[in-house]
Amino acid sequence: MKEQLKKDFDNSLKNLSLSQKDIEIKKFCLDNFIDKGFPNKKEEDWKFSDLNQIIKNNIGELSFYNDQAYTNKVDTSVFVDGLEHNKIVFINGRIEKIDFEYEKKDQIEIIDQSETINEFKNSNSLSDLNNAFTNKCFKILVKKSYKLVKPLIIYHTTNSKIWSKNINLRLNFELDKDSSLRLIDLFNDTSEKNFLNIFYNFELKENAVLKNYKVDKFENKNIKYSFNNIDQDKDSISETFILSSGSNFSKNEIHCNLNGIYSSAFVNGVFSLNNNKHHEIRSIINHLTENTKSYQLIKSVLDESSKAAYQGKIFVNSDAQKTDGYQLSKAILLNKESEFNAKPELEIYADDVKCSHGSASGSLNEDSIFYLMSRGLNYQQSRELLINGFLLDVVEKITDSEIKNLIKNMIGIKE
Amino acid sequence: MDNRQKEINDLKDYKYGFSTDIENIQAPKGLNEDVIKFISNIKKEPAWMLEFRLKAFQRFKVLKEPDWQKPKFPKIDYQDLYYYSAPKSMKDKPKSLDELDPKLLETYKKLGIPLQEQARLNGIAVDAVFDSVSVATTFKDELTKQGIIFCPISEAIQNHPELVKKYLGSVIPTSDHFFATLNSAVFTDGSFVYIPEGVRCPMELSTYFRINASNTGQFERTLIIADKGSYVSYLEGCTAPMRDENQLHAANVELIALDDAEIKYSTVQNWYPGDKDGKGGIYNFVTKRGLCKGKNSKISWTQVETGSAITWKYPSCILKGDNSVGEFYSIAITNNHQKADTGTKMIHLGKNTRSKIISKGISAGSSDMTYRGLVDISSKAKNSTNYTQCDSLLMGNKCGAHTVPYIKNKNSESNIAHEATTSKISEDQLHYCQQRGLNPEEAVGLIVNGFCKEVLQQLPMEFAVEAQKLVGISLEGSVG
Repeated sequence: MKEQLKKDFDNSLKNLSLSQKDIEIKKFCLDNFIDKGFPNKKEEDWKFSDLNQIIKNNIGELSFYNDQAYTNKVDTSVFVDGLEHNKIVFINGRIEKIDFEYEKKDQIEIIDQSETINEFKNSNSLSDLNNAFTNKCFKILVKKSYKLVKPLIIYHTTNSKIWSKNINLRLNFELDKDSSLRLIDLFNDTSEKNFLNIFYNFELKENAVLKNYKVDKFENKNIKYSFNNIDQDKDSISETFILSSGSNFSKNEIHCNLNGIYSSAFVNGVFSLNNNKHHEIRSIINHLTENTKSYQLIKSVLDESSKAAYQGKIFVNSDAQKTDGYQLSKAILLNKESEFNAKPELEIYADDVKCSHGSASGSLNEDSIFYLMSRGLNYQQSRELLINGFLLDVVEKITDSEIKNLIKNMIGIKE
Repeated sequence: MDNRQKEINDLKDYKYGFSTDIENIQAPKGLNEDVIKFISNIKKEPAWMLEFRLKAFQRFKVLKEPDWQKPKFPKIDYQDLYYYSAPKSMKDKPKSLDELDPKLLETYKKLGIPLQEQARLNGIAVDAVFDSVSVATTFKDELTKQGIIFCPISEAIQNHPELVKKYLGSVIPTSDHFFATLNSAVFTDGSFVYIPEGVRCPMELSTYFRINASNTGQFERTLIIADKGSYVSYLEGCTAPMRDENQLHAANVELIALDDAEIKYSTVQNWYPGDKDGKGGIYNFVTKRGLCKGKNSKISWTQVETGSAITWKYPSCILKGDNSVGEFYSIAITNNHQKADTGTKMIHLGKNTRSKIISKGISAGSSDMTYRGLVDISSKAKNSTNYTQCDSLLMGNKCGAHTVPYIKNKNSESNIAHEATTSKISEDQLHYCQQRGLNPEEAVGLIVNGFCKEVLQQLPMEFAVEAQKLVGISLEGSVG
């Protein structure tokens, strides 16, 4: 892999007009990655998902070079119907379209940051890989007091014309004071066996509201890693919803720093898995100052030999008095081959706090099935009804009614 | 320089064999095959035992000291320790209670420990008349009548080699982790208990009643075997504060429950926690593991951990037999600069196995406490259930309380439920108690006792009363 990395890295550099200093930094990141390799289960954060092994088994050899000069045709058929929205379209890792047609042009600024290297407070080697290979990087700045009229949908599309086995993406968002953004990530993959490595950075100023919905619904053979870093100022709110279902392997990581008082973070997730899929959500909520709040709810339905893992951590700094932290994960195992692992963690250094977590996993309740069958439903219907109700609980947590309905339709959950 | 000279002299002595005068023997400093051979020889152990130790030592040499735990400690130089020293002779011990630290005596008074016992705890020679008619001697006769073996493990190696050979290392093998392996190589003594088939042990067995083995040293090894249909309740430690010149304690405890047997193991640990600034104090790195080998067997751990500078242990249950049950009840209290990283592992292998974990952590002062636990239900453990509850109580904003549970469910017919909370003592409760005339310290003691009630109930009667007082004493000076 080392040779391939070096060769592809040199090729990538040719397409970029970088200063000598930036090249040095990129090289440094590459060397870091070569040194560490993909994370494996010896690392505490990857205990339940050995990425190195998963890539070896599913993809084999990776390649990293993307020809950014080659444009892809935007396939409009993937666009969501019935919901007016702004678009960013990624095709095979290349930004093809940025379109804020419904918004006031002077309130949103798109800044090209391709030539700056991002520092992530993430020690894992994937940020190094991302730093070394991202070609284009934009920062989307929502100006003071501007609330986007329509949601923004980011389409992540891959197809058979893909150049390399590995795609690295990066986007930065800054939400200025009193602004708000609704953001949907929609994955649409028709390519075979690629590794997507996505990094987002959000900066929320005072009283800003971010709602991020990640929808990985469509069946595909790809391996995904997605990292969200969210820094929150006073009174800001972030809401993250993850539907984890389509990919072969997917790991969503949410790092949330509650820096300002009265800021709050919500993380909700649904795993709906079958086949041999293996998905994970890792969340770290850092309560760094007083009067902050976090709420997490993760529910999983696991069929066949699928595997889900949830690692959630609530960290409370000694200054963060009056913290309210809550975390709940529930899983239903439908098949004897399926597996659910959880590591709900609390690390608390302040005494006047209210923190709790709960985790439960087991089979569908036989009594409930019996009850429904005695009311005239057959076994299959009863099962579906129970699962529907189980997952509806999380989807109902979505605070945006338009998007809630969209997601409900996508997963086929009825009220 | 004097010490060094003494060491050299000691070394010279050992060169030509082994002195019979046990009173004055001390193994040379350091850890190597010769020291292990020396320990084995002095205990007159059979060849298989020496082999067991050497095998463990071979393994120990390639192992690295673990570093994943929360409480960090200065590096231990394993070559700078004495691995064998004979019990202190009577000369060095205090002659009467008057020679003891008055603070210690005050604590005894609060705990309500009788004078005779106070003397025994400090190794003061007890009146021979008293000793010969002591409760302990009477108990011993009764145990022998029922066929129960309860003796130091070094005696068991001599007298019951077939049992020791079969079970020693069957739960904690010589190839285990760093500290357990170290213990396997150099353990000096400990308890051995065998309960024959169908016998219900008529009393709580306690290290306290085991005569002739007051000084078991820092590498203690305990082996308890409950044969088919038997029952035993074992008490370890005591509520009285214990001082020891050895800083590192790495004990191994192995429990084996055969078909329909039940073992209840209770610990009250109150080793020296170091002074107010966190200087000194014992490192309590103990490996405790129970194997529910037979059908319908049950192992229950109860612990009250209030002492030690660092407590790092995870009493575990391997639920191998079908329908077996594992339980873990724990209270851990840390104050001043104490650190604790404790919890349990419940490994479900058999069908219809059940486990229950109740952990209560209280941290005060500048202390730090972690609950770390594993619940692992394997794919064959059909219809198994686990219930875990871990609650933490924080007093002050300089301490920390952490929860790190690992939950693995590989079986769709099994259920796991886990809950954890962290909070502080509510102002309302404190106010209410104080209104009724309790001072703040008493009020905290009362509330904390209520918080721990579920665990305290699990302790045998005589322990429970003392443990309740201990909870209060451990938190002294943490309020106000």
